[in-house]
Amino acid sequence: MNDTFDIRVAEAHIEVHKFRGGAIVAAALLALLLQASVPVYIPKFSVLDLPLLVTIYFGLSRRHPTTGLLLGMVIGLLQDSLSGPTVPLGLYGIAKTVIGYLASSIGARLDTEHPAARFALTIIFFGLHQGIIVLTRRLLLAQPEPWFTMHMCIAAVVNAVAAVLLFMLMDRLRKD
Amino acid sequence: VGCRRPELEIFTGANTIRHKPLVLLTGVIILQILLLAVQIRRDSQGRLIRVWTVGAVSPFQRASATGVGSVRGVWNHYFALQNTSRENERLRHENDTLKLQINQLESKAAEADRLAALLNFRQSHQTIPMLGARVIGSGADSNSQTVYLDRGERDGIHRNMAVITPDGVVGKIVESYRDTSQVLLLTDKDSGVGAMLAESRIQSPVGGDGEPLLAMKYVANDDTVAIGERVVTSGMDRIFPRDIPVGTVAQIKPGNPFKQIRIKPAANLERLEEVIVLLSLQPLDLKKDAGTAAATAAAAAQPVKTQKP
Repeated sequence: MNDTFDIRVAEAHIEVHKFRGGAIVAAALLALLLQASVPVYIPKFSVLDLPLLVTIYFGLSRRHPTTGLLLGMVIGLLQDSLSGPTVPLGLYGIAKTVIGYLASSIGARLDTEHPAARFALTIIFFGLHQGIIVLTRRLLLAQPEPWFTMHMCIAAVVNAVAAVLLFMLMDRLRKD
Repeated sequence: VGCRRPELEIFTGANTIRHKPLVLLTGVIILQILLLAVQIRRDSQGRLIRVWTVGAVSPFQRASATGVGSVRGVWNHYFALQNTSRENERLRHENDTLKLQINQLESKAAEADRLAALLNFRQSHQTIPMLGARVIGSGADSNSQTVYLDRGERDGIHRNMAVITPDGVVGKIVESYRDTSQVLLLTDKDSGVGAMLAESRIQSPVGGDGEPLLAMKYVANDDTVAIGERVVTSGMDRIFPRDIPVGTVAQIKPGNPFKQIRIKPAANLERLEEVIVLLSLQPLDLKKDAGTAAATAAAAAQPVKTQKP
């Protein structure tokens, strides 16, 4: 079957997963739609960054750096488009491009199927994502942004917990 | 299982293929940085892609808002009636209390001036064209405080129009699309409104910093401000008419050189469902409007362009 592949890296077997037709596009658009709609009814929902979680998941699963960075770029630019006027196009685009690239690069070297690994990686990627956004705002937009806040810390943990549950749900989209 | 991918060559030592994703990553990031630079230099918001994306997503947001409204309506009108009798009793009690309060108000001569001013204020706003709109979505990031409305250019909404609720100021229109528009809420760190303290008439802009409370920045330490004092619009920003409630003073701390005053917004900005857009880009002068208000009310001939969503 060509649905999955084995890549022998050092001594580890890493599977590359394929998904049902249109699953990646549908999941990305649904994440953006929920991100732009649910906070109207549940304001606390905005602590989640669903587009980021989708970028991380498909990066880790597809394990193809080019696909990962391009998917991250598209999702990031669409998120920029749906954000407020204080978010210029490219801010989330750059951050999610880097995250997509790193997630798919790490996914090609490590087994990221275990919930503990997914939890830890999501916290790291969330922190990195925020770091890139703050760096971009400070360097390119000359906007004073704090490097670290307690809200950011809580948001990282909440997103990591959500990622573990969401990734298990999204595993069902795989062609196995 | 068992197929090898071309990407396996990354481990074969072929430098060009090894660095291909890295080169692409660098190129894509440079392109986006250029995109950022173009926007900053030209103050353009990349309008075309925003129009496309918002145009594609807003029908779903509109549908979800309608769906949620329908489900909520069915639930409230058919399934959640078991508390009706209890609520009826509570409302009767509340009605009695309100009647008592009205009697007390009517007996206080000192309140007459305030009621007269309020009446003038209402009459003055009859001349301002306004439009009701429903909130159908919010910004897709947690850094900016924005919401989307189900009304746009086709309904006469343009950038910089004021948005309020009956409780107070909400924000202003920052983008207007065909059937949708985007509102920058007062709590956003880039937002601001010309305001003044209702009692002392001390003027200072009020703005947001991403937190639920607003900040009033330029009130000198010598000025007297009390907790609970009302803050209203001053009209100096030429967007909002005078005397619309902005909020109430919630915290006061001494600062250098100005007091650090935090304002609790009058409008519930965290749970907005319906808002009013003031359909005028002309400076709205309350005094001028108030002067003509009596004649307007007496004649009762001026149509008010008010629509409900």
